[in-house]
Amino acid sequence: MSRIDELTRQTGEWLRGEGPMSEVVISSRIRLARNLKGYPFLSRADQSQQRKLYRELSECITASPIGKDIFIADFEELSELDRQVLVERHLISRQHAHGEGARGVAVSGSERQALMVNEEDHLRIQVLRSGLRLEALWEEIRDIDLSLEKQIEYAYDQRYGYLTACPTNVGTGLRVSVMLHLPALKLVKEIDRVFRAAHDMKLAVRGIYGEGTDAVGDFYQVSNQVTLGRTEEEIIDEFGKTIIPKMVEYELKVREAMARERPYQLDDKIWRAYGILKNARAMSSEEALFLLSHIRMGVAMGRFKHVDVQTINELLLQTQPAHLQKIHQEKLSGEQRSIKRAKLLRARLEKHQPRDN
Amino acid sequence: MELRCQRCQKARATVHLTECTGEEPRERHLCDACAEEEGLTLKQQSGFTSLLEKFVDQSMKVEELARLTCPQCGLSFAEFRNSGLLGCPNDYSVFEKLLVPLLERTHDGHTEHVGKKPGDSGPDARARAAIAQLRRDLDRAVEDEDYELAARLRDQIRVLSNVED
Repeated sequence: MSRIDELTRQTGEWLRGEGPMSEVVISSRIRLARNLKGYPFLSRADQSQQRKLYRELSECITASPIGKDIFIADFEELSELDRQVLVERHLISRQHAHGEGARGVAVSGSERQALMVNEEDHLRIQVLRSGLRLEALWEEIRDIDLSLEKQIEYAYDQRYGYLTACPTNVGTGLRVSVMLHLPALKLVKEIDRVFRAAHDMKLAVRGIYGEGTDAVGDFYQVSNQVTLGRTEEEIIDEFGKTIIPKMVEYELKVREAMARERPYQLDDKIWRAYGILKNARAMSSEEALFLLSHIRMGVAMGRFKHVDVQTINELLLQTQPAHLQKIHQEKLSGEQRSIKRAKLLRARLEKHQPRDN
Repeated sequence: MELRCQRCQKARATVHLTECTGEEPRERHLCDACAEEEGLTLKQQSGFTSLLEKFVDQSMKVEELARLTCPQCGLSFAEFRNSGLLGCPNDYSVFEKLLVPLLERTHDGHTEHVGKKPGDSGPDARARAAIAQLRRDLDRAVEDEDYELAARLRDQIRVLSNVED
């Protein structure tokens, strides 16, 4: 069994459903964009330079302290389906999966670290945890960065900091990204106000699978856009102590208000979602995310006790197209997938027989 | 549409005036020769021409700058504008003048890095790195349900955190 197959049997770190504010915060992620001195950026690197970069960086990662616990997936040896599995698990970007030439990702066994080699930049170090845990993540990623810096020289400039292929990442190369579950704000149509506020604070709000994806199932990724002229600690502090707690508080307040003022409508939403998931004979991944989102809210609010968060999280992942095909060990058409998806959901939810509530 | 000179009715009008001497403003369109005969030389319009010259000069500059190419990676600024991606670290100095306004726009007015430098992440970096390692060990100990080890690690973290303060 390949390492990718093994991954599909476990729940990704970002879906463990644990950690501070995990009723709203799905996961926290920090990434650092780095490039090697003495090489062009990837858009101008020829095949042999790209290959050299790939070799140098994979050796360097293997030799670093995190090297013991990681495996390196070489994309030239990986099927499209396997790369898609990595996208669905949030270990690589879509852009990276569809790229060209020598490239890959180093993933730790816990899936808490994923280092993309030859994506937009030579190296993109990412660390990931469930819940809101940015300070711990910053310490972790800074250590990885330092250990790599001992072996290689990054492209760095006194004035502009770490030099990146796109000037929007220059300076710290730091992107803090928190995935939030905001179903209540969506239901009461307050979500646009949150987006406007985020926009005013120079934050980007994206869908569940990052850049250029829609927000499906009320899952949103909030990230910083300013990477220059602020220290890493300032960016992280503002995120972890102000921005995210405020958004979480807002969502929780609306959840409370809904429970107080419209409990029947709220329960109806949750139970209808459960009813459809338990009975449908065909289902798209978007619909599954949408319905699982409502159940997740019910569970987080303590109103729905027949499924646990862990099960919902596993289903969020396993109902994704590539995972579904991995589980069935065959390539499936869209129609076949929606039938298998519905079947999987029915089987998993059958185990949790509800009592009246 | 081309305007003919109002005086000779032959040549193309190149000098355009709005005279405000009479009761109503009068527009006049003349060719170079007639304008000069009437004593309306370009010098008299110097305020405007210098402005225009400046403008032309600047637009020329922008065009020239768009053709500006990095000698190391061969990327031109026009290519960067299309793709949004730079070709090599050297581009930051080659295109510096053109990049600074862009950096200001995307980074909330900032144009200088103030964060971490290679190999140096502040005076207490080592202590923080040690604490981070202990935290990871602690996480693992808790996962392994080794609470004795976890308690010891927690004490060590506490001690180190106090030193740091």
